Amino acid sequence: MAKSKVISLEKAMEKVQSGMTVLIPGFVNVGVPEKLIQGMVNKDIRSLKVISNNTSVKGRGIGLLVHDGRIEHITCSHIGSNTETVEKVVAGELNVTFVPQGTLCERVRAGGAGIGGVLTPTGLGTPIAEGKQVVNVDGVDYLLEKPLRADVALIHAWKADKMGNVVYHRTARNFNQIWATAADWVIVEAEQIVEVGELDPDLIMTPGALVDAVVEI
Amino acid sequence: MAEITGRDLIAYRTARFFEDGDLVNLGIGMPTKCLDYLPEGIDVWVDTENGAIGLAGPPAEGEWTDPDVVDAGGSVSKLRVGGCCFDSFTSFGYIRGGHVAATVLGAYEVDQEGNLANWMIPGKTAAGMGGAMDLVAGAKKVLIMTEHCDKKGNPKILKKCTLPLTAASEVDYIISELCVLHRTEAGLVLEELAPGVSVEDVVSKTGADLVIPEKIGAMI
Repeated sequence: MAKSKVISLEKAMEKVQSGMTVLIPGFVNVGVPEKLIQGMVNKDIRSLKVISNNTSVKGRGIGLLVHDGRIEHITCSHIGSNTETVEKVVAGELNVTFVPQGTLCERVRAGGAGIGGVLTPTGLGTPIAEGKQVVNVDGVDYLLEKPLRADVALIHAWKADKMGNVVYHRTARNFNQIWATAADWVIVEAEQIVEVGELDPDLIMTPGALVDAVVEI
Repeated sequence: MAEITGRDLIAYRTARFFEDGDLVNLGIGMPTKCLDYLPEGIDVWVDTENGAIGLAGPPAEGEWTDPDVVDAGGSVSKLRVGGCCFDSFTSFGYIRGGHVAATVLGAYEVDQEGNLANWMIPGKTAAGMGGAMDLVAGAKKVLIMTEHCDKKGNPKILKKCTLPLTAASEVDYIISELCVLHRTEAGLVLEELAPGVSVEDVVSKTGADLVIPEKIGAMI
């Protein structure tokens, strides 16, 4: 009998502490784990190091963390969808490291897959390449990009079964699938929680074995 | 067709780089206009880097569509029959792996060496590069749609970009309201002119060295 990982939001947040590095998925505000983010706000978690693609929109999702000044540093590819983030970065109130979107995916994938980095042509000859090792493979140059991991990953699922097998929906899948592989503590929030055995094993996108806790939205 | 001018002309001509069945990625803004001018018999599959192939534009007023289907600007979009969704990692694998026939983007600056700057103006904008660096590095064909000069009338097509680069030596074609420029080993070739535009017009508004062939084609 598969053990249920369904717990309350407060219980799921017990292992999340100020100062941690957190992987948060989502593209603009689609596929963002808004309930889990609210859980961090409720617990007054601060000084976060966030790895995400962007910062949602003003007043929603990751935007809440930006608004309250809960983020110490963010690694992302784009902040343009949230005017407040842009203002804070320009004013020097928020530290940001920009990483090209595909490279961000590869770095987190490397972190979750136990490899020491990836070689990519993206960013060669641009400011992104500064200080990075260039590796020539059979006459072609690539940048060496190092793995990223986090203490916690917050995941937004469409359907999850009680042991944490996950199916994502449409473009809300985005970064969720990879982010779920690269943290020590993986919390899934799900729009629908179903019984173990209800999801087609061929269609499960994140194995429950990688998931530590499931929270109902 | 002579009445097509400005941004419409840029979109009209850019759409003629597509072949039937191409997988194309269109940047937010002017590049999506290409779909309004697809030639008859040319059907393209629109890639969106946030994880779908087969976007079909915004829903009509009052039409239901899935709020989890969005384009690269975060706007709700329809997904056509035969379209599919996948994660961002897979998406950028397709992009860097050369499976996208053409990526169409705008520019702050573009130069005769094929360098592109379109993500950062130090001290002014800091939105981030998003997926642009991967798209320009990975797509088979890089098409830059741009007005020939900026709002103050300064050339955007230069000998050398002054802004931080998005990618080096990756641009293939520049399509403006005045002309089509092809970046080749020999330099930036003036291949086509818009109706009523002379070689002198283009040269006077371009900051780059141009290769002027004997025969120049027409954009329309």
